[in-house]
Amino acid sequence: MKILVTVKRVIDYNVKVRVKSDNTDVDLANVKMALNPFCEIAVEEAVRLKEAGVATEVVVVSIGPKACQEQIRTALALGADRGIQIETDSMPESLNAAKLLAKVIAEEQPELIVMGKQAIDSDNNQTGQMLAALLDMPQGTFASELKLESGKAQVTREVDGGLQTVELNLPAIVTTDLRLNEPRYASLPNIMKAKRKPLAVKTPADLGVELKEHSKLIQVTPPAERQAGIKVASVDELVEKLKNEAKVI
Amino acid sequence: MAILVIAEHDNRTLKGATFNTVAAATQMGGEIHLLVAGSNCKAVAVTAASLDGVSKVLLADDLAYEHQLAENISKLVTELGKDYSHIVAPATTSGKNFLPRVAALLDVAQISDITAVEAENRFQRPIYAGNAIATVESLDPIKVITVRGTAFDPVETKGSAEISEISISHDAKLSSFIGEVMAESDRPELTAAEVIISGGRGMGNGENFALLETVADKLGAAVGASRAAVDAGFVPNDMQVGQTGKIVAPELYIAVGISGAIQHLAGMKDSKVIVAINKDEEAPIFTVADYGLVADLFDVMPELQEKL
Ligand SMILES: Cc1cc2nc3c(=O)[nH]c(=O)nc-3n(C[C@H](O)[C@H](O)[C@H](O)COP(=O)(O)OP(=O)(O)OC[C@H]3O[C@@H](n4cnc5c(N)ncnc54)[C@H](O)[C@@H]3O)c2cc1C
Repeated sequence: MKILVTVKRVIDYNVKVRVKSDNTDVDLANVKMALNPFCEIAVEEAVRLKEAGVATEVVVVSIGPKACQEQIRTALALGADRGIQIETDSMPESLNAAKLLAKVIAEEQPELIVMGKQAIDSDNNQTGQMLAALLDMPQGTFASELKLESGKAQVTREVDGGLQTVELNLPAIVTTDLRLNEPRYASLPNIMKAKRKPLAVKTPADLGVELKEHSKLIQVTPPAERQAGIKVASVDELVEKLKNEAKVI
Repeated sequence: MAILVIAEHDNRTLKGATFNTVAAATQMGGEIHLLVAGSNCKAVAVTAASLDGVSKVLLADDLAYEHQLAENISKLVTELGKDYSHIVAPATTSGKNFLPRVAALLDVAQISDITAVEAENRFQRPIYAGNAIATVESLDPIKVITVRGTAFDPVETKGSAEISEISISHDAKLSSFIGEVMAESDRPELTAAEVIISGGRGMGNGENFALLETVADKLGAAVGASRAAVDAGFVPNDMQVGQTGKIVAPELYIAVGISGAIQHLAGMKDSKVIVAINKDEEAPIFTVADYGLVADLFDVMPELQEKL
């Protein structure tokens, strides 16, 4: 079975982003970038399926400017076999990303596509679902467990009320939640090996996709700051404040 | 043109998030139709008809929609939604699951998790774990939107809309429901609770959450958790508050043994009053807390329970 995994280059999750003073966007100059944590979980899941003998090849795809090759190399160091970069000037809107991925999938014909449930920059949580619709494939979103049995995928999903299990025909799209696995660290020899793994570059034109503008970013502002509070010295003081000052109990 | 809102329910009761979503829709201008798609869900449609601002309830009662499978629901909503100006659903795990499919099938974008409506085509939404607020203008003929419930006060139930049954059945036959394990609790839902008390890694284990439960009993509170507490297996995933869990904004949020990582703050910093109990006075949670108590939670929680 061939598995295709998508990865996105995003701000490192430990960094608190700042808004540019002219409110046009956030400031990413000189900010540490990394593999989106949910995509990292997706790579790990695919690599584990390969190690278990279920998958034969893991192909990793990223969309973005040249710098996103770094994240493809990271995925290759974690165990993916080859990479495809779809070169764009900036990060495309989700629907455009889904259209580009749909073309790659038509060429590659994987039986399973594993993606992160959301990117921690735009927080959209939608590309996997859009891709599934474009390809008329079933989806198992927010997965905390994935089993492949007799030509189907069983996915346990983290939903608001608890856990739900669905069965999907293959090919299918699975998006990862935090509990699916704990990604490994890449070893130094594997980082070196990853440099020699194949990485193809394609353009939207190669794939025959025209990127359309669906929305405009008007401005980006900082959120309302909370007023700094006070420290209380005892439980008695806390209860008194909550009753008489904040009046919430 | 009218606005189509998708109701969230479990075939028996209408979920609270629908009330907030209808409230957001009333700010978009236009008549509101509320779709109840499910199986044996007539009772839900009756409640739905009482929501203020709703002029018509569309009831699609079919076995294919029983478990809200995204593959089936998205086809129904796409077919119905073609003639609307907006298609709106709550940003719950259900709305997030099927609505992006609808957007893709209609060849339009989805604007996720809006927190304000500035104009019929202009919305605000948090990005980067709520560390920035983007104002976005849609250029699409149909605006497909999910709504963050905590940002809109729920509508009341004084209305009486007509209920119109529709018989469109879409069974994509791509997926099937196997089972579910739902949390049983007498406590309020996290996203609707007035008071929440959450525990983190500092709780040490699942049994110690009993310390929070006894306080929650006194305050009529819901109990939440950080990701670390869920990952460690102390409590189930449906209790996770944060950027990638549930977004809450109660009157009072009490964080116990939680450090206050960006991702946790993203889910609770819009609470009205925040209390932090942590033994590390440097913990970032204190930067957002109205009242901070630097102490060992195992000393404080029994005393708090007694004094409430
Ligand atoms: C992609 C991604 C998504 C994430 N999404 C979320 C999310 O949705 N929600 C979320 O919460 N996190 C999320 N996280 C995780 C987040 O970064 C933190 O790791 C997590 O919030 C830490 O949980 P914690 O505060 O319970 O644990 P810790 O950071 O370990 O803090 C434990 C705290 O307990 C205190 N403590 C210990 N013992 C005691 C005691 N006896 N008395 C008093 N205080 C004590 C300590 O001083 C410490 O401050 C996400 C991370 C990533 C990468």
